[in-house]
Amino acid sequence: MTTDRITDRTTAAIDVQDLHKYFGANEVLKGIDFHVGTGQVVCVIGPSGSGKSTLLRCVNMLEVPTSGKIFVAGEEITDRDADVDQLRARIGMVFQQFNLFPHMTVLRNLTIAQEKVKGRKKDEAVEIARTTLAKVGLSEKESAYPAHLSGGQSQRVAIARALAMSPDMMLFDEPTSALDPELVGDVLAVMKDLAAEGMTMMVVTHEMGFAREVGDNLVFMDDGVIVEEGDPREVLANPRHERTQLFLSKVL
Amino acid sequence: MASPRQRAARWRYVQYAVLVAVVLTVALVADWGQLQRAFWNWELVKEQFPRVLTIALKNTLIYTACGFAFGLVLGLVLALMRLSSVGPYRWIATGVIELFRGLPALVVFIALSVGFRLAFPAYEIPFGNLGIVTLALGLVGGAYMAETIRAGIQAVPKGQMEAARSLGMSHGRAMISVVVPQAFRIILPPLTNELILLTKDSSLVYILGLSLSGYELTKFGREGMNSASNLTPIIVIALCYLLITVPLSIVVRRMESRSERAR
Repeated sequence: MTTDRITDRTTAAIDVQDLHKYFGANEVLKGIDFHVGTGQVVCVIGPSGSGKSTLLRCVNMLEVPTSGKIFVAGEEITDRDADVDQLRARIGMVFQQFNLFPHMTVLRNLTIAQEKVKGRKKDEAVEIARTTLAKVGLSEKESAYPAHLSGGQSQRVAIARALAMSPDMMLFDEPTSALDPELVGDVLAVMKDLAAEGMTMMVVTHEMGFAREVGDNLVFMDDGVIVEEGDPREVLANPRHERTQLFLSKVL
Repeated sequence: MASPRQRAARWRYVQYAVLVAVVLTVALVADWGQLQRAFWNWELVKEQFPRVLTIALKNTLIYTACGFAFGLVLGLVLALMRLSSVGPYRWIATGVIELFRGLPALVVFIALSVGFRLAFPAYEIPFGNLGIVTLALGLVGGAYMAETIRAGIQAVPKGQMEAARSLGMSHGRAMISVVVPQAFRIILPPLTNELILLTKDSSLVYILGLSLSGYELTKFGREGMNSASNLTPIIVIALCYLLITVPLSIVVRRMESRSERAR
């Protein structure tokens, strides 16, 4: 390991080294090296079953890697002694299916983890929650239950819930894939604002427009490996690898 | 040939006709005078009050509430043990559930009252008979509820646990704050069933040999029936059971439709 690599690791928000993941006998990640610098937006694209969501879910240990190392904000989350809960509190995550807590109001969705995990006082948590809700444009929904929100509103609340924890970085797992087409724009707008503020983001997505416009780096995965990566405009316009070309010809 | 709709209409008339015939037959043929003398002697009905309420109904409610409360806590603990990643916890929970679900409640009552005294002569179950009732009903009810609660927990979408964990909650915290509250909404109807069953099982306290102040509805009714040589007291306590269970069903139905709206 070179000195260069070690410095790299400490400044990187996410550093994945030689990651392998099996589901039973099925190897879904076949030795991934992956990197997100602090303040960077990295988009991951690829066909379904390529392992891109699994990679993202490994970063906060929702999936436990079979082998390999993952460093998050300089700490090894894959270490046996790592305080995974404490690290997860610093990594916001947004799911395709929103996963809001249906038995709580929007405001409670945003405050519960602040209080129970971060130990913030109720008043402080509520204040942060209100500020965050205002940021995603949903202040008027604070006492609504998730069942009464549209998909786009739900996803913006889910983003706000993650942001209320004041995370160092955000993971997005196909955040717009479950939305009606006309609602995608609102969610992408919130994500663009977030990127403009300098938030570190890893985004698994099918939104090529977002990747081109906002992404600092684009990673194309297929069959458990990273096939190609680079500047999003470059990769989308002139894909070098045949598999990338084939995939892009289908989705663009 | 009759059209399908005509045939359906004719079939419906037949069903009404049968219903009316049965009701009329029962009403006309039954010896109502005889029935009333045996089941509804007004003098005896009046005699049951107020003690059927102040003692019997009250005790049934207390026994059931204590048993259910203990059973609910036990059921939740057993359910979480069943779902634990620690093997011995799962085995113990499975054993306890199978044992107390399989044994007749009466046997549990006898085991606790007689068996405990024989096994630990120096000790006593606290709160006397109420303690035994609470333990016995709780063990039996808890064993049943454990499986219901486990099914409820497993019916909560996996994404809920993942979202809670991704926010930094521990597994236990996520269970308590996120998964279990949703599970209880799902299993509200079967839990109500369990509560109603326990209400009736509470009649088994008679095995403990109670004094009058400890009588619950069934014991009270049987004593009344024996001393009056008439079935009226049984009918009165039967109505008291319905007085508990019917409002309970109504309240739960309200709660269900309310949580339906919050979904």
